[in-house]
Amino acid sequence: MGKVAVKVDHVTMRFNLSKEKVDNLKEYAIKFVKGQLHYNEFQALKDVSFTVNKGDRLGILGLNGAGKSTILKVIAGVYKPSEGHVERYGKMAPMIELGAGFDPQYTGRENIYLYGSVLGFSREFLDEKYDEILEFSELKEFIDVPLKNYSSGMKARLGFAIATIVEPEILILDEVLSVGDAKFRRKCENKMQGMFDKGVTVLFVSHSIEQVKNLCNKAILLDHGRLIAQGDIEEVAAIYEAMTE
Amino acid sequence: MVFLTLEEIVKKHIRNFNRYKFLLIELVKKGIKLKYRRSYLGIIWTLLEPLLTTIVLTIVFQKLLGTSSKQGEPYAIYILTGRLLYGFFNESTKVAMRSIRANSAMIKKVYVPKYLYPLSSVLYTYVIFLMSLFILALASAVLGVVPTIHILEAVVSLVVLFLFCFGLSMILATISVFFRDLEYLWNVLSMLIMYCSAIFYYTTRLTGLASYLVKLNPLYCIISNFRSSVLYGRSIFTTPSEFQMLIYATVVSILLDIIGVFLFYKKQDEFILQI
Repeated sequence: MGKVAVKVDHVTMRFNLSKEKVDNLKEYAIKFVKGQLHYNEFQALKDVSFTVNKGDRLGILGLNGAGKSTILKVIAGVYKPSEGHVERYGKMAPMIELGAGFDPQYTGRENIYLYGSVLGFSREFLDEKYDEILEFSELKEFIDVPLKNYSSGMKARLGFAIATIVEPEILILDEVLSVGDAKFRRKCENKMQGMFDKGVTVLFVSHSIEQVKNLCNKAILLDHGRLIAQGDIEEVAAIYEAMTE
Repeated sequence: MVFLTLEEIVKKHIRNFNRYKFLLIELVKKGIKLKYRRSYLGIIWTLLEPLLTTIVLTIVFQKLLGTSSKQGEPYAIYILTGRLLYGFFNESTKVAMRSIRANSAMIKKVYVPKYLYPLSSVLYTYVIFLMSLFILALASAVLGVVPTIHILEAVVSLVVLFLFCFGLSMILATISVFFRDLEYLWNVLSMLIMYCSAIFYYTTRLTGLASYLVKLNPLYCIISNFRSSVLYGRSIFTTPSEFQMLIYATVVSILLDIIGVFLFYKKQDEFILQI
């Protein structure tokens, strides 16, 4: 047993799926008086517990709507769990959706600083790493162009270059590897491999069982918000494959 | 569950704030930069816009409706002071109220302390407002308003104004996540507040209920304090009527801040389920 990197402790996540969304006062008042204010509660995660040890690469498997992305967002701190809690030990780089925080009116240069600050980097750090980001993204001649004129591939490149500039201890990936052209994807995969070699802890969500098998050594399987299997990748992948047959 | 002492909670928040200090600065910069990007005159509009509206208001009220100043002070400066302070109030509360929804894409994808959105909105409108005070200095000099030592007390009014707008913004930002109607309702309310702020009329003309209503408006109290320091050269600490208004406005502002921060803190984890 190595040291623990992420501990998910009895996490339950509830959403209110009211059939018609009551978001104005009049409707709320009417429904309140009539006593019709009931919500359809939906549990995206039901009492999920697991731990990830340092250096483990955990694949999160499950069918659509099983709660894969939800559990990643809970770990990243985007959602606060309705019950239970999550402990994280180490610097975390969430790469759930690249470029959250990009502003289309800003130029590439301005967005490096903006997105960098969203990820919690300091100005000095970004000054220092600026050239490296520029080089990796291969966007030197477009860096003073507003982002709205970028192609989606260019945005993805910039986002990836900024997000991976830190040396994280915990890396959260949500199918981000499927961006850009083949050449850039290879470059990304090389960079990822470099991080893996340094022993980074990875949490990875993907629909592609092949990708998960290549990348991960451990896995968990979610079904309708419940954790139904955890262990080595081969065992869990076998259960998942049997499920999808 | 892990229970923390108050000291640990405060320490945790300070640490978190330090981590995201640079983001706050970036968000403030972004607000200022993007407000005037792609307009030819750019940041000059912060000076031009209040100047032009003041000219219009002066013509309408002085020339057409015959309002005249009571103590020989330039009527245009009377309007400009009120117009500038109200302008900040109106802009900051409106932008901050929409800030959570406007940044929903970011909130859904990455963890950032959520109070940064309304806070940065109020801060960036405040910076623009402070820059626009330059036109007040210019107009005062041109129209022959002689500053006294009490002009320094204007800083107090500016601080109270910030506290007032920040508290209100936090409350509005929280509620508007759950009830979008508030945005429309607030347009009407802020218009009502404008007419109760004595921007282009003198309160000495008011009688009965109206005069009480205006004095209950903290924004009017702040504007009156500000005018006292920059236009009339009267101390807001030694003039009893002004001092009363200062105390009242300060107490209301701090109360709004406490309520606003508390409400926001209580409700912020539910934001993501609503946007």
